[in-house]
Amino acid sequence: MGRYLLRRLLQLVPVFIGTTFLIYWLVWSVPGDPFAGKCGDRRCPDSYINFMTEKYQLDQSIWVQYATYMKNLFQGDFGITFNNREVADIIATAYPNTLKLAVVALAIEAVIGLTAGVLTGLRRNGFLDNLVLISTLFLIALPVFVVGFILQWLLGVKWGIVHPTVSSEMRLTELLLPGFVLGSASMAYVARVARTSIAENRRADYVRTAIAKGLPMRRVVGVHLLRNSLIPVVTLLGTDLGALMGGAIVTEGIFGINGIGRAVLRAIVTKESATVVSIVVVLVLVYLLMNLLVDLLYAALDPRIRYE
Amino acid sequence: MRVSKRASGAIALGAAFALVASGCSSSDGEGGEATSADGAITVDGTEPENPLVPSNTTETGGGKIIDWMWTGLVEYPNNGGAPQNALAESIETADSKVYKIKIKQDTKFHDGTVVKAKNFVDAWNWGAYSPNGAQNSSFFADIEGFADVNTADPDGPEGPQKAPEPKAKEMSGLKVVDDWNFEVTLAAPTAVFPTKLGYSTFMPLPDAFFSGSAEEFGKKPIGNGPVKFVSWENNVQIKLTRFDDYQLRDKMKIKDVTVKMYQDDTAAYSDLVSGNLDFMQQVPVSALAGDKWKSDLADRAIASTTPSTGIIAFPIYDKRFQDPKLRRAISLSINRQEITDKIFFGNRKPADSWANPLTPGAAPGNCTACQFNVDEAKKLLAEAGGFSGELVMYYNADASHKEWMEAVAQQVKTNLGINARAEGVPTFAVFRQNINAHKMKGAYRAGWQQDYPDVENWVNPLYVTGGSSNDGLYSNKQVDALAKEASSAPSLDASHAKFAEAVKLIDQDVPSMPIYFGGQQSGHSEKVKKMELSNVGELDITSVEL
Repeated sequence: MGRYLLRRLLQLVPVFIGTTFLIYWLVWSVPGDPFAGKCGDRRCPDSYINFMTEKYQLDQSIWVQYATYMKNLFQGDFGITFNNREVADIIATAYPNTLKLAVVALAIEAVIGLTAGVLTGLRRNGFLDNLVLISTLFLIALPVFVVGFILQWLLGVKWGIVHPTVSSEMRLTELLLPGFVLGSASMAYVARVARTSIAENRRADYVRTAIAKGLPMRRVVGVHLLRNSLIPVVTLLGTDLGALMGGAIVTEGIFGINGIGRAVLRAIVTKESATVVSIVVVLVLVYLLMNLLVDLLYAALDPRIRYE
Repeated sequence: MRVSKRASGAIALGAAFALVASGCSSSDGEGGEATSADGAITVDGTEPENPLVPSNTTETGGGKIIDWMWTGLVEYPNNGGAPQNALAESIETADSKVYKIKIKQDTKFHDGTVVKAKNFVDAWNWGAYSPNGAQNSSFFADIEGFADVNTADPDGPEGPQKAPEPKAKEMSGLKVVDDWNFEVTLAAPTAVFPTKLGYSTFMPLPDAFFSGSAEEFGKKPIGNGPVKFVSWENNVQIKLTRFDDYQLRDKMKIKDVTVKMYQDDTAAYSDLVSGNLDFMQQVPVSALAGDKWKSDLADRAIASTTPSTGIIAFPIYDKRFQDPKLRRAISLSINRQEITDKIFFGNRKPADSWANPLTPGAAPGNCTACQFNVDEAKKLLAEAGGFSGELVMYYNADASHKEWMEAVAQQVKTNLGINARAEGVPTFAVFRQNINAHKMKGAYRAGWQQDYPDVENWVNPLYVTGGSSNDGLYSNKQVDALAKEASSAPSLDASHAKFAEAVKLIDQDVPSMPIYFGGQQSGHSEKVKKMELSNVGELDITSVEL
């Protein structure tokens, strides 16, 4: 277990360097001088473009730029944006917001998705099963921005039950709606995967044995059946959390949440390579660690899986 | 008070509760005013692109905040009329070349220091000095000695050579006389100079600016206007509050202002409709279709016109576009009325003059090339020998220009039989880079919003040889001569008369095609009882009453 963990952690190093360079190179090769369009339909003075180009070292080759960037990064300096804000500050304010939203979304999709999955898996082809099938199909078919706009308009504007957007305090109650929207598609997948998994394992030998042993149904389902059926669901939820923590550009935009997705979109549009790369560095790390965590969770759930 | 049907029940309930809660008198007029004076509003905005320094801001996100936080020598009335003295006590000149400026005494910056003549002179010298890299440095080019402090890069920003270090740090044309007086000597007589002084580039800067770095100052700016800076949360909001020591005309009638930054204008619009946002300058395109915004907002919808014009410009450096007859033919083949009706739902107006008609000195209807006359267009095209090959009209695809540019191209194609089409350039940055480098291979979208209200701002930058936005390299010696005469005329009236002559020649040459005049669709919340828009369509924050 320890050696496995170490090996996985060491693997992160080349992945980390590779992804950061790739992202740096991609942003660097976006065509267009980042300062050419800064003065509207008037041509920017050469002195302004020269000043900014020199300040952000954009006149250097990509190797020099990348090396300087990495050097600063290891000293804890994430760089500054074109409007002279600290990139570290931007990440520090935006990331907790994204995390909150991700956790709310994950909780909603896990609770609703699992409940629906377990109930329909145990009683297949009933009314509830058909209802869940149709509603999940509906949710999967709808793009997230459609769900977002419709719910925002209905609940926020037409009925006035909730604020259409999230305030800067990010209260939990305000996050329920965006969390539901963000988690809606995954919720549908969770329900379906859980249903299939439960239905399959329902006929497994160990379940029959447990029932024959005279265990109460609650224990059969709650411990034996659920634990074994959870593996594909945990995989799904784990990778989903990784994706959710990468920020949700569309949902954050619709509900005016200052999250990491919005920050990275803004940085891409303004071609601020330092900001884009810094945010992506954080995202890459989170994603890698989440994957590791999911792999470790398998072992806890399934005794047949061992890591040497 | 303005109440829409949807919310009236809730408000009536609220009012009843307030009556019960207050126990007795409902005629407490004083109390009502006090709430308004302590009131707070939230308006929509975007993250400023630059540190908040007046001479280094050209975009609206930061520009709006700078306009609120500073008061200049002159101010532009909201009705678009001639500028009036604000911080200036008097601006006197005998020859339009030497200006004696006297400022009002004992007005204060937000840090408590007094606004003195040297704060103007130092700020202008800083903005003009090229190593400081201010975006608006060219605005100081009128002043004598500008060339000594602002050196050009010999091979442009892309070339390896660097601009030489300027000879001087201060322009010779600026002289501080005493605390309240300074003298400006221009390189050549310029009648419109006092009008320019209300533009944000010419704002004074406090001593604190010069003792630290501009970038640090831009994080916590100190102005001299009716509101002062409180805080700036990245991508979330900028908070401003009333400056209690403000002594000029336009005092705040409320207290706190929060500028909330939205990435998505439909999110802002939802907040506006549901009463969580107090002002939105431009409602989203999605709300314009079928006049949805008018039914959503009822009497809280404000339609206004802005001094801006949508233009399609010709790259005159391209041989194919050098015949004025061809350019005129293309311009005459465009049905502007149809474009504004069908594409903009009547929210913008067809252009019929070279300067926007809201501008002092502009003459409505002076663009004869803006008429729709297919027969004349066909005749001119035949005289010009036709047009061979493909006529591509470029636009930047990261803003909503696709529809109208395609409609224009289609009209030219149908009416003249030229193989015309519109093509999007992915980003504004790439688009501008190609325009700046004079590499456009077809006509291209341009736009112009006046910096200061005078017809001069619609001629010199756009159509005079070497003008700061004459990107198509149009050059007509007669126009240059007339514009020069107009600029140095002893009075604004004489200047406007000369500019009218210059515009007549421009109208014959058709260096570009004005297509539409800008319109703006704004909205405010039920809380706001009174408000006005500034001459460029921004919220006049000092006019807001709750």
